[in-house]
Amino acid sequence: MEFSTTMSNTHRTFWRGFLDCSPFILVVAPFGLLFGVAAAETGLDLIQTMSMTILVIAGAAQFTALALIDDHTPTFIVILVSLVVNLRMAMYSAALVPHLGKAPLKTRMLASYFMVDQTFAVSIRQYEHTPQWPIKEKLAYYFGAATSICPFWYGFSLLGALIGKAIPESYALDFAIPICFISLVAPMLRSLPHLAAALVSITMALLLAWMPYNLWLLVAAVAAMMAGARTELWLKERQT
Amino acid sequence: MSPDSGTIWIVIIGLGIGTYLIRFSFLGLIGGRPLPEWLLHHLRYVAVGVLPALITPLVIWPHATGGQPEPSRLLAALAVLVVGVWSNNVIGAIAAGMATLYGVQFIIGSM
Repeated sequence: MEFSTTMSNTHRTFWRGFLDCSPFILVVAPFGLLFGVAAAETGLDLIQTMSMTILVIAGAAQFTALALIDDHTPTFIVILVSLVVNLRMAMYSAALVPHLGKAPLKTRMLASYFMVDQTFAVSIRQYEHTPQWPIKEKLAYYFGAATSICPFWYGFSLLGALIGKAIPESYALDFAIPICFISLVAPMLRSLPHLAAALVSITMALLLAWMPYNLWLLVAAVAAMMAGARTELWLKERQT
Repeated sequence: MSPDSGTIWIVIIGLGIGTYLIRFSFLGLIGGRPLPEWLLHHLRYVAVGVLPALITPLVIWPHATGGQPEPSRLLAALAVLVVGVWSNNVIGAIAAGMATLYGVQFIIGSM
């Protein structure tokens, strides 16, 4: 009897995670579509596009890799810079430890795979409301969230890759990558430290464009991160 | 013109493994030890540090035009930025950018 109530609780929590994450389908679907199109544009075949989408499952890094491949950047730099874009996930990974850290290794391995911006954001918000949840419910919620958006990421990437080749050059789809990136960054610029970081990032990119192998990208990123962190500290000091 | 297939596979596999290890890092291996405060401060600005630097040259010197600045792309970028900051809406920003891109191209084309 007790077993069956836990089961149905977990079941309900799974669908709650699924529902709470579902609004993000509206974000993930167009990005997936644009990724598929941009990948076809860059010259990836269908299997390569889908392998990237399934293995990497991180939109911003995938777009970064495409942009750098298209720019004939050395392979090592392509991987390095794209990984830098994904470093934020180390932060997610650390933040999930108090909630999911006690799960079996296999479950944690699976949870790591599905650790994307949306599943993380939705789950951590829920865990902060209900820290007393047993780990089973926390896991059910997390995987519910992943189940609602990840299939859309795969599916729409596939759709984009399939239609990408059929879209004529005059549609200027090369510009899908910059448009996606700007739309991702723009909402962040409403906070002063983020704005400072972005301005330093742009300035450094323009000043250091002469550097070989797109190395300016790493220098600009580090300088911008320092600018953001400094501005945040400065704002905090001013408040006290 | 398209990049060679071996290079692309190396990127896919390298990026796939690297990204997985980043995700697995604390949850899988390091466990409950907290990240140092200074590192957290910097990690918060990773995306906003890398992406603008990556986009800026693509907007100003697009490959498709042979590196020549081009009005429809510049205005489209500006539209995405303005709508994105103002409305906080990713999809709205993309739509505004696409509309501007095609709108300006149509106007230039009919001049």
